Order: sequence, then C-alpha cells, then structure tokens
Amino acid sequence: MRELLELLEHDSRRPVSDLAAMLNRSEYEVEKQLKELEKSKIILSYNTLINWEKFGDDTVTAIIEINLTPQREVGFDAIAERIYRFDEVRTVYLMSGSFDLLVIIEGKSLKDVANFVATRLSTIEGVTATRSHFMLKPYKKDGVIIHDEERDRRLVVSP
Amino acid sequence: MKETRTDWKSRLSPGVNAIAPSGIRKFFDIAASMEDVISLGVGEPDFVTPWSIRESCVYGLERGYTSYTANRGMPELREEIAKYYALRYGNTYDAATDILVTVGVSEALDIAMRAVLSPGDEVLIPEPCYVSYQACTTLAGGIPVAVPAKIENEFRITPAELEEHLTDKTRVLLIGYPNNPTGAIMTRKDLLAIADFAEKHDLIVISDEIYGDLTYGGEEHVCFSSLPNMQERTILLNGFSKAYAMTGWRIGYSLANPTITAAMTKIHQYTMLCAPITAQIAALEALRHGEKYMKKMVAEYDRRRRLIYDGFTKMGLECFEPKGAFYIFPNITSTGYNSNDFAEKLLQAEHVALVPGSAFGACGEGHVRCSYATSIDKISEALVRIENFIKNHRK
Repeated sequence: MRELLELLEHDSRRPVSDLAAMLNRSEYEVEKQLKELEKSKIILSYNTLINWEKFGDDTVTAIIEINLTPQREVGFDAIAERIYRFDEVRTVYLMSGSFDLLVIIEGKSLKDVANFVATRLSTIEGVTATRSHFMLKPYKKDGVIIHDEERDRRLVVSP
Repeated sequence: MKETRTDWKSRLSPGVNAIAPSGIRKFFDIAASMEDVISLGVGEPDFVTPWSIRESCVYGLERGYTSYTANRGMPELREEIAKYYALRYGNTYDAATDILVTVGVSEALDIAMRAVLSPGDEVLIPEPCYVSYQACTTLAGGIPVAVPAKIENEFRITPAELEEHLTDKTRVLLIGYPNNPTGAIMTRKDLLAIADFAEKHDLIVISDEIYGDLTYGGEEHVCFSSLPNMQERTILLNGFSKAYAMTGWRIGYSLANPTITAAMTKIHQYTMLCAPITAQIAALEALRHGEKYMKKMVAEYDRRRRLIYDGFTKMGLECFEPKGAFYIFPNITSTGYNSNDFAEKLLQAEHVALVPGSAFGACGEGHVRCSYATSIDKISEALVRIENFIKNHRK
C-alpha cells in the first residue's frame, strides 16, 4: 500500500498496468486498492504541479502569519475554518511559536492579495495581528526542484 | 598524430596484443550519433550520487583535504568497511591488515590477479561475465578458462560445470554475482557447493560483489567470504559505484587475508599510491549515512525490474526473472537474429541501444543485455519500440 502511494505521489498519471507490474500485483488488485484509498481520503486528489510563471501567469504568492485569540470549546478550529473556506487561501497550518496560523494565499497582483488580507482576513473576529511576506522566487516545491539542471551525463553504452 | 612507420604494433607488449578491444565500443559509436536514442546499454546507475555524499566531498575540499592518504586508504574508511562487513555478514576483517581501498573494483581486480597469478596459472571464469575478467587475467600472465553457465539453470554455475574445466594448473576461481550481464544471483546453497569445490581443490576465490546490495525479490545477498572457512581463501571485491551511484568517483576496496592484502598493497603503492582522498571522504559519508538513499534507489530499481520483466514476458521473449544487479538478459533467438545483428538492427530501426550478449562471452550468444538503470518512462517507451521491432522485423 505504502509503495503504491509513493509511486502515485511521484507521478499520478502512471497507468494501472504499469503500477501492477511494478508492484508485482494484478491490475484488479491495484484498482481495488486505489478505490479504497480514495474512499478513505488517504488519496485526497490527483494534482499536477504546474510552473505557472513559466506558462506566463504572473500570480502573487504571499505567506501570512496570523495571531489569534483562541475561542472557548473550539480553540483555533472555528477561525481556521472561516479562513480556509476562501478560494484564495491555498494552504493553512496551525503552528507553534510566535504566531498561530500560517496561511498561503495566491492572488493576481500585490494589490489583490493586500486587499484580501486587509478586508477579509484581518477583520475576522479573533484575528489579532497579521504579517504578510511576499514570495519572490520558488526554488523547490513539494519535493520538486523547479529549475533542475541535473541531466543524464552518462555514455550511451558502457560495460 | 600521423604515424610514419607501420610496425608499431609489433613493438607493443604481447599481453596487450593478445586481448581484443571491448565489443561494446562499436554500438557506442553508432548510438552516440543518434538524436532520440533510448539507451538500455548503460552499465551504471541513472541516479546522481546522493547530495549528502557530494556535499561531504565539497566540504572536505573546502577544508583542504587534498593530500595523499595512507596507501591502504584512510584508517577511518577501513574501520567503517570492517564494521559494515561485521554487522551485515558476520565477517571478521581487521581494518589494519585485511583491507585495501582501491580506485574502483577495476583496480582491485587487476592487482588481485597480479598478486596471486604466476605465468600459465589458469583462472576459472563462469560466463557470461563482465568484460574485463578475461583481459585482466591475460594481462597478469594468467590463462582465462571460460566455464559456460546454462540458461536452464538461470546462469548459475555448478561445481560439476567447474570440474569439467579444472586442470592441475587451475589456481583461481573468479565469480561475479549478482551477475553483469545476466542479473543472476547465487543462493546460499549454490555458493556452499562452490565453497566445497574451492576447498577441495585449494583454489583462491576472487568474488566480485559490486552488485551485492542490488539484490531483489525477497532474496538476500550472500557474501562469499562469510561462508564457513571461506574468509581466508577469498579475495572479496566491492565498491561504491553501483549501490551509491558513484561510478565516476572510482572508489572500491578489497578484503583478503593479510598476506594477499600486503602483496596487493605493494603493487598499489607503486602504481596508484592511494585512491583519491576526495572519493575516500565521499565513501566514508556513504557508509556512515548513505544507507537510506541506497535503499530508496534499490527500491526504485526493483520496480523497474518488475516492469521490464513483465514487458519482455508479455511480448513473448523468453527470459528468466533477474534477481540482482540492474540487468535483464532476454533470449532473442526466436526472432531469427543472432545477438549482434539484433542489437544493430534494433538500434537502426527503433533507436534503442542495448548490448549483444556475445560481448560477455560465447555462451551469451542468443541473448541481449538490457540495463534498467533508466527512468520508468524510458523503459516503457523502449519496450514499445522493441515490441514494434520484433513484429516488423522478425527474420
């Protein structure tokens, strides 16, 4: 099961026939396992990692540190939910340390993101402070090096 | 340079004239001129050396580690090698007297041969095998005696087959399992039989175990010198090239009894002096912290192995399931070609490079060696092309 997940995490487009061969199992078994993994939400989605910048989109990514006043009974969860429901919000983590929530936001422009933070995030009740950091250049994302220069330098045939 | 005389060849040493250049070269030249060639002909990992190993070497250079080391290799590295063999196989090698760090297994093999062979001594070499076994034997003044392994036996060698080629001049048995080019391994039972044979005829066994860590399918590699009474008569060769993706670093080692190690060290100190310190630092890091990276690479080879084995089986090429190294050795006689023609025509028609089995000894004829040390995508594409070729070009 773990091996199947690792293979998919690396490349979710591998045909079931290849997966079955690589894992030494039947295609039927692999299909069945995939269904189970999807149903139990262990597999959440089959995404594609896209370099939008290269495609020509000038999106802006910001990391926002948010301080909260926790609420009785629900702690941080209710405010976190209010925040993660926004489409603009890509990622939300509860953190230890000098702030509580780490939120990653994508927007069309600097103004767009700043506006979102000012009007939507900082006005939520319980949010006591926000600090925005704009991302300048991605080097590595989800384990993938963005501009990987390493190539196959081997001779074509060797003993 | 233009040669003005035509008799230079007669001035070369007879040993050099006696050996043929590697049969792989020809394919390299054709393949290198093609644009979209997929190569299954490469005998080295497609991974780059894990970063932590590379980084440790860079750090060493920054701190000025640029000198010679002890002839036998850095003491810490030898200690680490001894520890690895003690833990993994239960061997009792003494880092001070039994270990020599060499410039790859290639150097280790060369000086092992030169250390133990007298002119005319015969060396039993199971075939198919790595291309340099015979050449190294000849260059050291010995006589290579090929012992063909049988496909029916999945290219494992038996004492009975060795016995047929035994003479009163036989001194050494040279084995290499997991095997390049067949991907065959020897089980403990197989090797115990070989150990009995070696003991009975008092042979020195040179065991090239460079692919030992690349053993799959629930099988465990069996270290020849860890078998009862074998440590003293075995020259065990290993290195970092395959398991840690470090081919270009040229770093390996030999493990043998103190007398043989001292003899090999004597040759090594006059011809090589020591293995490069940069590579020794990297090797130390590989042994201390590299196992997790190695295991990850091995797991990936294993998946590719199953994929390529599945592919060849489905297209109807007879082949046994390889359990080691990163090669598969399908039988192509059903296509009507010999292995050389198959490799050449396939390269021209479908731009897939592989190596004819005959390059690894006469009994490799009828097979081709395919390396699966290449990406899944390329393996899949190569399988499609090979299947096309077989459909359209069957003789």
